[in-house]
Amino acid sequence: MTAKLLDAQDVRRAVTRIAHEILERDKGAETLVLVGIANRGDLLAERLAAQLTRIEGVQVPVGVLDITFYRDDIGLHADAPEVHETRIPFDIGGKTVVLVDDVLFTGRTIRAAMDALMDFGRPRKIQLAVLVDRGHRELPIRADFVGKNVPTKREDDVRVLVEELDGEDAVIVEVR
Amino acid sequence: MTDQLLIRGARVVDPATGRDETTDVLVADGAIAGLGQGLKAQGSEILDGTGLILAPGLVDLHTHLREPGEEHKETIATGTRAAALGGYTAVSSMANTYPVTDHAAIVAEIREKAAAAGLADVFPVGAVTKGLEGESLAEMGEMVAAGVRVFSDDGRAVPTARILRNALTYARAFPIDVVIADHCEEPSLVERGQMHEGVNSYSLGLAGRPAEAEEIMVARDIAVARLTGGRIHICHLSAARAVELVRRAKADGVRITAEVTPHHLAFTDQDLLTYDTNFKVHPPLRSAEDRAALTAGLADGTIDAIATDHAPHAVEEKESEFDLSPPGTIGLETALAAVLTHAVAPGHLPLMRALEAMTSAPARILGAEGHGGPIQVGSPANLVVFDPKEEWIPEAPFVSKARNCAFLGKRLTGRVRYTLLRGELTVADGKATR
Amino acid sequence: MNKHLLSMHDLTAEDVVRILDTAESFREVGTRVIKKVPALRGRTVVNFFMENSTRTRISFELAAKRLSADVINFSASGSSVSKGESLKDTALTLQAMGADAVVIRHSSSGSPHQLTKWISGSVLNAGDGTHEHPTQALLDLYTMREKLGRLEGLRVAILGDVLHSRVARSLSFGLVKMGAEVTLVGPPTLIPPDVSAWGVQESYDIESVLPKLDVCYVLRVQKERQRLEYFPSVREYSRLFGLTTDRVGLLPEGALIMHPGPMNRGVEIDSDVADLPHSMIEEQVTNGIAVRMSLLYLLLGSGGEQPSDD
Repeated sequence: MTAKLLDAQDVRRAVTRIAHEILERDKGAETLVLVGIANRGDLLAERLAAQLTRIEGVQVPVGVLDITFYRDDIGLHADAPEVHETRIPFDIGGKTVVLVDDVLFTGRTIRAAMDALMDFGRPRKIQLAVLVDRGHRELPIRADFVGKNVPTKREDDVRVLVEELDGEDAVIVEVR
Repeated sequence: MTDQLLIRGARVVDPATGRDETTDVLVADGAIAGLGQGLKAQGSEILDGTGLILAPGLVDLHTHLREPGEEHKETIATGTRAAALGGYTAVSSMANTYPVTDHAAIVAEIREKAAAAGLADVFPVGAVTKGLEGESLAEMGEMVAAGVRVFSDDGRAVPTARILRNALTYARAFPIDVVIADHCEEPSLVERGQMHEGVNSYSLGLAGRPAEAEEIMVARDIAVARLTGGRIHICHLSAARAVELVRRAKADGVRITAEVTPHHLAFTDQDLLTYDTNFKVHPPLRSAEDRAALTAGLADGTIDAIATDHAPHAVEEKESEFDLSPPGTIGLETALAAVLTHAVAPGHLPLMRALEAMTSAPARILGAEGHGGPIQVGSPANLVVFDPKEEWIPEAPFVSKARNCAFLGKRLTGRVRYTLLRGELTVADGKATR
Repeated sequence: MNKHLLSMHDLTAEDVVRILDTAESFREVGTRVIKKVPALRGRTVVNFFMENSTRTRISFELAAKRLSADVINFSASGSSVSKGESLKDTALTLQAMGADAVVIRHSSSGSPHQLTKWISGSVLNAGDGTHEHPTQALLDLYTMREKLGRLEGLRVAILGDVLHSRVARSLSFGLVKMGAEVTLVGPPTLIPPDVSAWGVQESYDIESVLPKLDVCYVLRVQKERQRLEYFPSVREYSRLFGLTTDRVGLLPEGALIMHPGPMNRGVEIDSDVADLPHSMIEEQVTNGIAVRMSLLYLLLGSGGEQPSDD
């Protein structure tokens, strides 16, 4: 049984709110960079960057990070996990990096993303922005900016849809 | 002497006489003492032959016993035990021993060892040339006097037409008719070859041994036989065109016989795609067309006999890189089952013809008197009793010392239960008795 | 994907695409300051090189190390093998070392196949006798795809001693699998008599083939004694089949010149031809590490049975 938790408008509002929160927390955006986690986090990061430009007139650099090679479950599945593009065309040393992901769940993806980021340089600070936090953390990881908190059962499947890939912006949950 | 043995109710199939009927066979004092329905037991041991086939003990024209010289691969004792388990009462021993069986003393030594083991009669094959070097004739006359009837440099071809001609011409002096058996592969074409030359060898990156190499040597041998009036025998035929040459030569009256191995009837070069060295044999396994021609040649009598080319090697020799591995497969223990499974059961070869190819025909070529039938009162009791329906899978360890078996792990139908050598059980209930 | 990579026939066209796409990501890793990812941390990769080949071995070694795997190099000379240890016993030793993958280069065709009997890990064929060299073919496919944008419909000539070339076999099988048109060019004695099963064309006339090519792939011509049974002299070979400075002008604009290395300058390829801008020979080396990383990742990154978390 599938339910839509957020529709396109809700997503847009959430992204706008997160953009405001970032600007407030980080007092402007001089040392800010966004790194979206492939393969939907990067599209959200683009939306976020657009909002930051609209609100404050700043151009925040956006990169995309694929964390497949840093996962802790390589070799545990029948097929090796699929890899997407990584492109971080700027130096992250000394910057405030806001990692952007669609859904925060066990926290393992974020752990991997932080390890990957460290191999690119030494950021001043790492913050985490997610569209949905669905609980069930298995590692001590928390988000700094959350679009919506959604309580779920562990077996449920929460997915973020984006227009570029899925035809619409939305957040859906499939209850098992 | 041995006790009496009554084999009751087996289907007796005897190619030498054409008999094929369910009847009783009484064995006493090493010979067949009675043959007919409802024979009385009278103190004999009774073997129940229901559902089983009784035939003359099998005769192998082409066996490598490796003794003297390579006893780590096989000995006369282990080889003849393997033969008995496969239903054989007589085998040959090819001359590529160390030292080479190129004089009478070695022939005598081999016979003595075989007699001491008492598991099967061995009819040694003598070398054509001294040391198998292909240059000068071996002491064929002395070996004939010691009982040799077949000469062969097998492992290699007789290298020149001149030597073959001299050997065949020289043999005319002997009081009995000898035969020269040739390994037919033209050396310069197969020099570094590992498998049949064809699409598979090109893809697998293995040098080829073309069928034409066999064709060339068979044609040569036929011409030389014709020139000299001598008797030749073609070992392990593998190629369709060579079968056709033999067919025509026989029609022309050339004194030629030929053999084929069970593995050439069963497998093709496709079986080498996994680089399994158990399929590395010389001559190589060839195409499906070649295999079909071999079976057809056997059925119509162009090919006289089935011979195993039992070629034991040490385990570590075969468990090595493909091109470094010596060629050969063992075959005594699986021959009958392989022929039944791959040629008789699918209907390509009648049972009587298959058994003829494994009994009376090779016995005649090898000069193995007393073997190969006929099954009649007074004949030596050299017999095999087998279950034509029992299914089994050959697995190591074998009775042979070696494990390089092309049929390893492959289901076969047909299994020997009893083998009798001059009335004595060498195999009982499917196990060697000594 | 199959557990082993012994031959190009072990891969589907989809597998090839996956390998090349994943190699893109590893090429990117190679541009980072820290050229290393932890993907195969804790795994052991053994390079079992029975034939000398510094380039390929280093390529595999770097690939494994950049994936954070532990690497053991096992070569022919100075090892127990030179003292007569059998292939099987060497394999059992590697197995006892806990090899997750064995990359094997060997002079006997079929050795990787045989290794799979004794090793429980993955076996990667780095060149066996005259049979195949799949990783070379894959890195060549990568280079072609990258420079020309596609593989399907490419017109490729493989020029030289095809009969004895494991690279020629793997590349032919791979190109045909991906929908390219392959022509084998060389003296008749150096092309297998029956390539009907390979899906390729053959020609003995290099000058008629060159103008219609997207890629001219030049094979090394071995000068060993045995090879001279197949053609009368190196000079005649070069005159009839060499990619000379004169001939290279027959190639269309944008066509690539490739060679698996090492080159016999002046024999199969003229020295200045090898150094032309559309010669891809240097690039083939760089791409080799990325493609080998991709293979190690895909082979060793699979095989488990736990359902996905996240």
